[in-house]
Amino acid sequence: MSMDVARIRKDFPILDRTVRGGRPLVYLDSANTSQKPRQVIETLTEFYERHNANIHRATHELGEEATAAYEGARIKVARFIGTSDETEVVFTKNISEAINLVAYAVGNVGAGRLRLGEGDEVVISEMEHHSNIVPWQLLCQRTGAQLRWFSVTPDGRLDLDQADDLINGRTKIVAISHQSNVLGTINPVADIAARAHAVGAVVLVDAAQSVPHGLMDVGSLGADFVGFTGHKMCGPTGIGVLWARRALLDEMPPFLGGGEMIQTVWMDRSTYAPPPHKFEAGTMPIAQAVGLGAAVDYLSDLDLSAVRAHEQNLVRRALHALGEIDGLRILGPTEPVDRGSAISFTLEGAHPHDVSQVLDDRGVAVRAGHHCAWPLHRALGVQASTRASFYLYNTPEEVDALADGIRTAQKFFGVT
Amino acid sequence: MQLESMYQEIILDHYRHPHHKGLREPFDAEVHHVNPTCGDEVTLRVTLKDAGGEPAVADVSYDALGCSISQASMSVLTDLVIGKPVSEAMDISAEFVELMRSRDGADPDEDVLGDAVVFAGVAKYPARIKCALLGWMAWKDATAQAIGTPDGEHR
Repeated sequence: MSMDVARIRKDFPILDRTVRGGRPLVYLDSANTSQKPRQVIETLTEFYERHNANIHRATHELGEEATAAYEGARIKVARFIGTSDETEVVFTKNISEAINLVAYAVGNVGAGRLRLGEGDEVVISEMEHHSNIVPWQLLCQRTGAQLRWFSVTPDGRLDLDQADDLINGRTKIVAISHQSNVLGTINPVADIAARAHAVGAVVLVDAAQSVPHGLMDVGSLGADFVGFTGHKMCGPTGIGVLWARRALLDEMPPFLGGGEMIQTVWMDRSTYAPPPHKFEAGTMPIAQAVGLGAAVDYLSDLDLSAVRAHEQNLVRRALHALGEIDGLRILGPTEPVDRGSAISFTLEGAHPHDVSQVLDDRGVAVRAGHHCAWPLHRALGVQASTRASFYLYNTPEEVDALADGIRTAQKFFGVT
Repeated sequence: MQLESMYQEIILDHYRHPHHKGLREPFDAEVHHVNPTCGDEVTLRVTLKDAGGEPAVADVSYDALGCSISQASMSVLTDLVIGKPVSEAMDISAEFVELMRSRDGADPDEDVLGDAVVFAGVAKYPARIKCALLGWMAWKDATAQAIGTPDGEHR
């Protein structure tokens, strides 16, 4: 079944607006943040207009409705990522917080398999987003554990030849992205997880770029922790998710202390609520969680395999069109195999900021810089790159607008 | 196209043919500044001299990787401050920072800023202001360090 992109575009009001003095918006920055469908925007409005109250504390009818909406969103998210146990879904403010939650909990754990100290190793990769690097650096500084990482091959894949050396008896945590936010590379997470489990390590997967495309089944992925964020999957900002195996959530000490994460409190000690509430201190982003539930409903109502086929067509078209431009270097896989819909590139003689400025002048919104993956850019020998990323609402004509804009930038800066 | 309001011909000229580029010796202070949003970087050296009892800018040399705006801005900077008393160069720098913060680039003082008035168009693009300021911040930092250095120590 093919996807009706024109009908989908009607759901996203912002796609109708013009920018920079009347240019139609060509939004190719969804890996940064996605646009929001009317259904999500209306859910937020309706929540604030009809059901707003604090959750789990209010005894009145609005409190009941707000609590049901918030906990209902948790169930929707759980089903979307393939788990029947919604107590394994912890709401956070974004994926950065989700990863930090795990890193702090592990740093604070007193004993057991999660305990980390000198002689232990944490394994990440060069292609990680800063949010899957810095929390582990901080954890290693606190605990004395050693941070190690996979290199990236010149064609933008993890160098799996290093796996035997990197994943060994000292390894306690392996934290890897499911899909690179720069290269689009989809990593063989299940294989890496199997290796990690064989040596007794736990595995965290940064799924910020894969869950939005419906690419998540926590059951078959084999990870122990999966983090993602709402705003990249048609949901609001301010809401993210940590999924973790229930046994691990039971073992982990709390992250933030505060209201609603407790069972009992005395002046000198407390006991804690069971997961997931143990990790949800203070008033949570309630409306945002409800909005994320609406985003999950929106995506679930689509034929996600048709959406992925549509996105793959856009990627194939873009790889081909960009590949024909002289002086353009695509970072990462140049074939649409094990590859998502972010395409980063450099252009000889024109800096990414300047390229994106010319594109912006034509209404084409992309991202320029290191995309929070500075070590990856360093590894690939480039200062920065321009990134176009495609989502369900993009069209083949928008891919062509990108290629035309890049050629205009070349002319403007006298590259050709 | 509104692009030309930012990419004035003078800016593109400086970008393609930067003035005073390269690292030279001797120098009194060297700094390394980075724009954390894009990774652009500059290594900049300042050499001071005595001009009638007050410090003056003898040379500014630099090596930089970055976009046209940051490269051109650095090139214009060197034209404006080399040879000037430090106090006057600091006034120019303050005027340039003021221009960048004006949002719409209102009414720059050409007598003070010279070629740098063409950056008025950049002030309309908030994301690019840091690019234009990268070299100026590095120069200010290096100069402050150089002034704090006893004359001739590194020579």
